[in-house]
Amino acid sequence: MSSIQPDGECGAEQRERLLGIEELRVRFPGAGRAAVDGVSLSVRRGECLGVVGESGAGKSLTFLAALGLLPEGAEVSGRVRLGPQEVLGLSERALDRIRGRRVGVIFQDPMSSLTPHLTIGAQLAEPIARHSGLGRRAARARAQALLERVQLPDAARSMRQYPHELSGGMRQRAMIAIALACEPELLIADEPTTALDVTLQAQILALLAQFKREQRMGLVLITHDFGAVAGVADRLAVMRAGEVIESGPVAAVLKHPGEPYTRELLRAAGEPPAAQPPRAAGADGAAPVLSVEGLEVRFRYAAGLFRRRSWRALEAVTLTLGAGQSLGVVGESGCGKTTLTRAALRLIRAERGQVLWLGQNPAQLSARRIRRLRRDLQLIFQDPLGSLDPHLSVEQLVSEPLEIHQSGLSAAQRRERVHAMLARVGLEAALYARRAHELSGGQCQRVGIARAMILAPRLLVCDEPLSALDVRAQRQIRLLLAELSAEQGASLLFVSHDLALVRHLCERALVLYLGRMVELGPTDALFARPLHPYTRELIEAIALPDPDLQPARLAKVRLGEPRRLEQPGGCAFRMRCAHATAVCAERIPPWVSAGQGRWVACHHFSDWADDMLSG
Amino acid sequence: MPGSTRACVMNRSERRRPRAMVLAAALIAVLVLLALFGPEASPYSYSALDWAHLSIPPGLTAEHWLGTDSLGRDLYVRTVYGLRLSLIIGVLATAVSVLIGVAWGTLAGWVGGRLDAWMMRVVDVLYALPYLFIVLILAALFGRGNLAVLLLAIGAVGWLTLARVVRAQTLSLKRREFIEAARAAGLSGPQVLWRHVLPNLAGSIAVYATLMVPQMIVYESFLSFLGLGVEPPRASLGSLINAGARQMLTAPWLLLVPAGVLIVLLLSFNILGDGLRDVLDPTRR
Amino acid sequence: MLGYALRRIAGIVPVLLILLTVSFFVIRLAPGGPFASGRALPARTRAELERLYGLNRPLLVQYGDYLRALAHGNLGPSYSMRDETVAGLIASGLPVSAALGLAALALAVLSGVPLGVRAALRRDGALDRSLAVFAALTLALPSFVTGPLLALAFGLWLRWLPVAGWQPDTPRDLILPAVTLALPLSASIARLMRASLLEVLGASYIRTARARGLGRARVLWRHALRPALVPVVSYLGPAATYLVTGSLVVETVFELPGTGRYLVQGAIDRDYTLVMGMVLVYGTLTLLANLAADLIHAWLDPRVRHEPL
Repeated sequence: MSSIQPDGECGAEQRERLLGIEELRVRFPGAGRAAVDGVSLSVRRGECLGVVGESGAGKSLTFLAALGLLPEGAEVSGRVRLGPQEVLGLSERALDRIRGRRVGVIFQDPMSSLTPHLTIGAQLAEPIARHSGLGRRAARARAQALLERVQLPDAARSMRQYPHELSGGMRQRAMIAIALACEPELLIADEPTTALDVTLQAQILALLAQFKREQRMGLVLITHDFGAVAGVADRLAVMRAGEVIESGPVAAVLKHPGEPYTRELLRAAGEPPAAQPPRAAGADGAAPVLSVEGLEVRFRYAAGLFRRRSWRALEAVTLTLGAGQSLGVVGESGCGKTTLTRAALRLIRAERGQVLWLGQNPAQLSARRIRRLRRDLQLIFQDPLGSLDPHLSVEQLVSEPLEIHQSGLSAAQRRERVHAMLARVGLEAALYARRAHELSGGQCQRVGIARAMILAPRLLVCDEPLSALDVRAQRQIRLLLAELSAEQGASLLFVSHDLALVRHLCERALVLYLGRMVELGPTDALFARPLHPYTRELIEAIALPDPDLQPARLAKVRLGEPRRLEQPGGCAFRMRCAHATAVCAERIPPWVSAGQGRWVACHHFSDWADDMLSG
Repeated sequence: MPGSTRACVMNRSERRRPRAMVLAAALIAVLVLLALFGPEASPYSYSALDWAHLSIPPGLTAEHWLGTDSLGRDLYVRTVYGLRLSLIIGVLATAVSVLIGVAWGTLAGWVGGRLDAWMMRVVDVLYALPYLFIVLILAALFGRGNLAVLLLAIGAVGWLTLARVVRAQTLSLKRREFIEAARAAGLSGPQVLWRHVLPNLAGSIAVYATLMVPQMIVYESFLSFLGLGVEPPRASLGSLINAGARQMLTAPWLLLVPAGVLIVLLLSFNILGDGLRDVLDPTRR
Repeated sequence: MLGYALRRIAGIVPVLLILLTVSFFVIRLAPGGPFASGRALPARTRAELERLYGLNRPLLVQYGDYLRALAHGNLGPSYSMRDETVAGLIASGLPVSAALGLAALALAVLSGVPLGVRAALRRDGALDRSLAVFAALTLALPSFVTGPLLALAFGLWLRWLPVAGWQPDTPRDLILPAVTLALPLSASIARLMRASLLEVLGASYIRTARARGLGRARVLWRHALRPALVPVVSYLGPAATYLVTGSLVVETVFELPGTGRYLVQGAIDRDYTLVMGMVLVYGTLTLLANLAADLIHAWLDPRVRHEPL
């Protein structure tokens, strides 16, 4: 089942085959190894091929090479056929008759992939006019119809807007519209959801699945995410180091992976959460490690020559974290979760509210006392590379906290502690003299963890520490964090956009939406019976790497991009909520207890909570 | 349409840069040695007149191998002496510029807010002005032939660019997570500045300083050329070129020799600076 | 866009006023006065002259008078060249200086931009490599070196072009000065253009445009060129400053009757009104050039328009 299956070469199959790649090789001058090394793949009409692998596996390069979009100087060999036509080696002019007309491409980052100085309408009408020979007016009319098909809320207005004026989800929809402009036979989607929030990821994937069905086009979905593949793809190819190591029908590969590498990837992606490691419970009556009350943060920006405005990044957030406890904070980008970590550590100024560290109010302490307290409150960052000073070596980086907070140590003692810590996070001695840019993302993050844990802090704040890493590194770092924080008895405040991840690491979870708390509760209960419609939406948007469940779950996702909130006040979520009523627009829902340690802010939660909590 | 990745942006001459850099550094070393020891090693003084040898072209007499000017002064001595003065002024003026620029830029970038807005407004305004013009007026008003005033006036021009660069880098460093990490680790403001901001600025400051020396030399020569710099009988490369240009019909070597030295000097500094930028300044990569 | 332009234009006036104010007082702080330097005038005559021009009155009063006259468009008389008004001197010199500056600017842009584009499209080609050498050379050469050298080569040895002087309506007189002034500018523009076009061609949106099958020419003209021009346009501000100072040297070297000579001579002679007039003219010019560069930048890049100042 799991071996490489030769594509059937009999007549019917031949006609149905849309794209055939055979023995494709790509090599860059000066590089030792071929970036793509003998890849053979094929896509049939109406079929979705998922191509999965970690970064650097050569997934994107394979298809960029097939379309002649590689940087100058790359050496490409092999065969690429689109229908009966050989594509490799075609002139730029001949390729231009294929690209955009017969094959559409969607790239990863819609912001940098759209031309900044042209309106969406202009960029959309451009390929239509070129490939279909329509006049300007007709091309624009068709462009607008396309924007409506990808469910952009105000297509007419979006036509006149520039890419930077649209939200991330809207940009990716526009990008899809451009790729689909000339009704291509084949659509290549290169990590189309990687830069997006969970809920948007689900919407974009559902949209792609819908187009595939309706237009009977071939679809190539390049991704690192097995969940995305499980919902959309029919067949699957796993790539590693420039080679296809395994391919076959999605269900077969996902359920019975043949290669150890595939199994490792799958385990990293879809591991069910284990029981929480036992944590050293704090003594009764001891002050909580962190307590936050009524926190409000505003960001100011200039709105003209003299006017200054501000927007609320965080509002009325209250939480406590006892010794040894773990709390996950989830929400999509812009919900204020990062702001919460910075305000809780007093790295940014809060407008209102109070923060207590180990029972002490830093607002009443001297700057020197605050700095001394910081040794007990450590932070791990999202960007593993950016959070390490580029001019310092690994050893110097990890040694700095000791120099600051334990200046009594001799250089030898310090070195010993540093080496022990580095060994504990799994870094070899050969790496100690290196600088951050000479390390992989996972190694950088290990240095960050070593730096944070070397002082044995009481609280570890993690701000999306895994989102910049590959699947396997994610799993390793996740396990390391869980082990170390349990070992040292540190409390954990873990911020992530990934609910599944929080479920692995935290006993309780807090859901934020646009700076407000919408739900708080024990993680398992919250997953099993979400009380807030937003929590439910987040859970439904998680892409499970399960080919039996995921297509049906994806089919239920609402496709439309929500309209922007025109009027403030009331429940911020009401524009996206299926249950919203008049009262939601009038009053901000109160933060109320739902029993069993659960809290929620929704006017209507009791409509469904009663039977859910009892049942 | 050739696509390209960032790695391929270097062209062949850029890839050959290391060799050019070494050559440039060697040339600078030679010129500095000449400026240091050249004038004293020669039997002539820069101001000594030799009525027996007026306007001798180079290579005609053994005594004055690079020739003499219309007053019989030895062109070789005058050129190395001018080189010395130009170098001194260039380096000192650069030091003045770097001091002001780095202080101004880090302060604005680090403190931020209103102070930053105000300080940068000042730079913007000065930038939009023909600043050298104002220096020119100042030199004409206060300091004809006065080296200290000349130095300050020239040094006051160069800091604007450096202040902008340093401020922009400080700002972007400030936003980087490793600075936040340092603050979260409990470092005080000055500690963060000293341990994490300044070391990361050092590379670009070195680059800009190297590129500024030739610029300062040009400014000085420019003022001397207009008769506002060093006064005869003393000479800088600029005043020598000025004098040479006036006699280029009859004695072209008086123009060509100092101009050639100036060209080699400026070219070497520019190549060295550009090369250093590629090596040291990671933000330009 | 219009609002942005108006805000920027309004920003010029206070800057100009500050510049004039500072210049006014700094000039008067300098030792000596218009009638003290050089010429040995009898004390009585000198006092008489100073009374005539109001130079014996308190500084603040003089300052107020100057601004009031300025508001009526009156730049005052020249102190060193009697019988001449500052406005008259500017009117006679400015056309020459402006012709020189504009010719150099046009030359630099019209040669630099295509050179840079060409070098970027044929990277490592012969043109690209000679551009690197050309740029390194011209950027290292100040115009007071290139000027005499060009004059020596083309005027004295080859005798193709006039070396110095200016007759109205003879554009040949302008060629050498304009080329001298334009050379380093052209090299800078070509280098900037090359680097920024290479960077833009490597951007993902160019790959997207190619993936849409738009064709080589269209991708270059419509998607790549406009953003690639942004750094070049931003450079036009500093370029204008360079032109203003550079023209001073070039006018001296080639003995052109422009306004440049008035500045240095005016400052040496302590001709207060003349220097102020020059500050006003050149200050306005550079500020306007910077403004124009910013406005073109905003037009090229829609993101800038929305940024607050």
